[in-house]
Amino acid sequence: MDSYAPILVLGVIAVGFAAFSVVFAGRLAGPRRYNRAKLDAYECGIEPTPQPSGGGRFTVKYYLTAMLFIVFDIEIIFLYPWAVHYQALGWFGFFAVLLFLVNVSIAYAYEWRRGGLEWD
Amino acid sequence: MNTLTVAGSLAAPPFQPPDIDYGLLLPMLVVFTAGVLAVLVEAFAPREVRRSFQVGLSLLAVGAAFGLTLVQAASPQLPETGGILVAGGTVAVDRPTLFLQAVILLLSFVSLLLIAERRVGDGSFAAEAAAVPGSEEERQGILAGREHSEVYPLVLFAVLGMLLFPAANDLLTMFIALEVLSMPLYLLCGLARRRRLLSQEAAVKYFLLGAFSSAFFLFGIAMIYGYAGSVRLSAIADAAAAAGGGEVLLLLGIALIAVGLLFKIGAVPFHNWKPDVYQGAPTPITAFMASVTLVSAFGAMLRVFYVAFGAMAWDWRPMIWVVAILTMVVGAVVAVTQTNVKRLLAYSSVVHAGFILTALAATSAQGLGASLFYLAVYGFSTIGAFAIVTLVRDSQGEAVRLDQWRGLARRSPLLALSFALFLLGFAGIPLTSGFIAKFAVFEAALAAGGTPLVVVGVLSSAVTAFFYARIIVVMFFTGADEPAEEPGSGAAVAESAHAQEAAGGVSVRTRPAPAVTEAAPQVEVVKPGLLSQAVIAIGAAATLVLGVVPQPVLDLATQAAQHLFVR
Repeated sequence: MDSYAPILVLGVIAVGFAAFSVVFAGRLAGPRRYNRAKLDAYECGIEPTPQPSGGGRFTVKYYLTAMLFIVFDIEIIFLYPWAVHYQALGWFGFFAVLLFLVNVSIAYAYEWRRGGLEWD
Repeated sequence: MNTLTVAGSLAAPPFQPPDIDYGLLLPMLVVFTAGVLAVLVEAFAPREVRRSFQVGLSLLAVGAAFGLTLVQAASPQLPETGGILVAGGTVAVDRPTLFLQAVILLLSFVSLLLIAERRVGDGSFAAEAAAVPGSEEERQGILAGREHSEVYPLVLFAVLGMLLFPAANDLLTMFIALEVLSMPLYLLCGLARRRRLLSQEAAVKYFLLGAFSSAFFLFGIAMIYGYAGSVRLSAIADAAAAAGGGEVLLLLGIALIAVGLLFKIGAVPFHNWKPDVYQGAPTPITAFMASVTLVSAFGAMLRVFYVAFGAMAWDWRPMIWVVAILTMVVGAVVAVTQTNVKRLLAYSSVVHAGFILTALAATSAQGLGASLFYLAVYGFSTIGAFAIVTLVRDSQGEAVRLDQWRGLARRSPLLALSFALFLLGFAGIPLTSGFIAKFAVFEAALAAGGTPLVVVGVLSSAVTAFFYARIIVVMFFTGADEPAEEPGSGAAVAESAHAQEAAGGVSVRTRPAPAVTEAAPQVEVVKPGLLSQAVIAIGAAATLVLGVVPQPVLDLATQAAQHLFVR
């Protein structure tokens, strides 16, 4: 347990540093010159999505798109290792990935047929 | 291209594809294939044919999987002692697992009958789940007579997860099974046709708390992996036995995994989701969760604690003792104050989880056998009880306030009688299945030195008997025409109800009811359709038969548990 003491000390210092720099340092030393870009919501450097007037609500369509994105994002995670070791994994790997792809496409087909891909 | 393969083969030993005995996984594969097919039907078939196809497909798949499970249990391939490890040792097929899977499939079949019931109040599931409650879109869906038939693939996927959960022989497979069974349940909870907001609230609560407890479970897996260097249950047991136990990592891991599992069974510090979710979910889904999910979660918990942590029993037993005592006492005491039938049944389910935990703490073959029997028995009575809850209705949907159940026996004696039978079964009155099950569980706990547990168990049993008896009194010995708040002659009350109607008050009744029902606000007992009748009959028959001649099933459970789980 003794060997963990330095880690603990470092952790305390790190937390203290973070707390100090976020809460106090900026307020004490930083200049405050705001402009329109600074006050905008940051969204990957592109023009922020227009918000409905008076509300903070996004349309539910974003949620469907995001869900679809996650599904295919995770599909890629499984495809990369398989692609790299394609020959070592052989037919077993091939059919395993094929089965996976078929199942993902079935979910995709369901969303497509239910109009999840139509924006308007 | 050649250099790539050479580098790959140098870095790791050549890949050996695992030898998968698909025959032994067939029950799960059948359910999974049916679920996938059902999604395709949802996507491509016209709306009119979907529902009937889905009902047929899911009943067929669950029935076929049950048959295959029986074939496996009878096959000579299965060794007399122990079992077989499938798919590289990630799935175990042994006698306790087959017993649990058979019970899960049977109970799922009965639940599916209840889910498919459409004669009672135009179905239990939402017309347009995505529509805002009370919106025009929702009204259109209801007018068109729609009902989400996605319910059936979701139930099939949940059943798949539940089949895998108690069979999983390593912690990662178990986690995947946990997620596969939980995700569809989160969705199903939000699909109630009536009281949409309550249903959606239940779904969100269940999802957030469920995700939270899954994180605990996952964190526990990480701890255990750090300790044992493996997620395989037998490897964890070996590592723990070699070290003699007591290590911080291992104890932390056990505690965190226990949190994840105790949440699913609804034991007391982690029971708060149960009443809310059971109340908000569509009642057939509540029946499904209260019976099948409990069987599956207990199956997984028994396997983890008997196989992986069996050598550490002295370390975790105090924890399970405390949880079991808390579960029995808090569940029973809080249930006494409930006035909502669904919430009351939810708290009763909490208490019963406590009773089964006393047998789990025994870590013996006797305890395992008693738990298996208890789970089967409790499942049937629970589905029957919730089936009756769907039938007592007012204009809002189900009439779940206890005072609305007043005088039920006079209006539909048979229904009240079967509900009383289920309640007596829950209370553990002799000649019902609940008595035998409770006896077996407490006997196992006593044999393992759990006398304090049994004392608390018997005491809280007495408390539960009180509130079960209270419902029986409400149904049989108070008339609907004599509300306790304002005693008066039946005629006077009936007259005042007429006056209310004349004054333009509430009058949505579609057919004339006898004068006796006037006092209660439009509560009526719907005539059960064929499917509900079957569900109630099966539940009542199981409660009675397993109470009068329990021996065959009790023997089956004892034999299945004789050699414990395969390692």
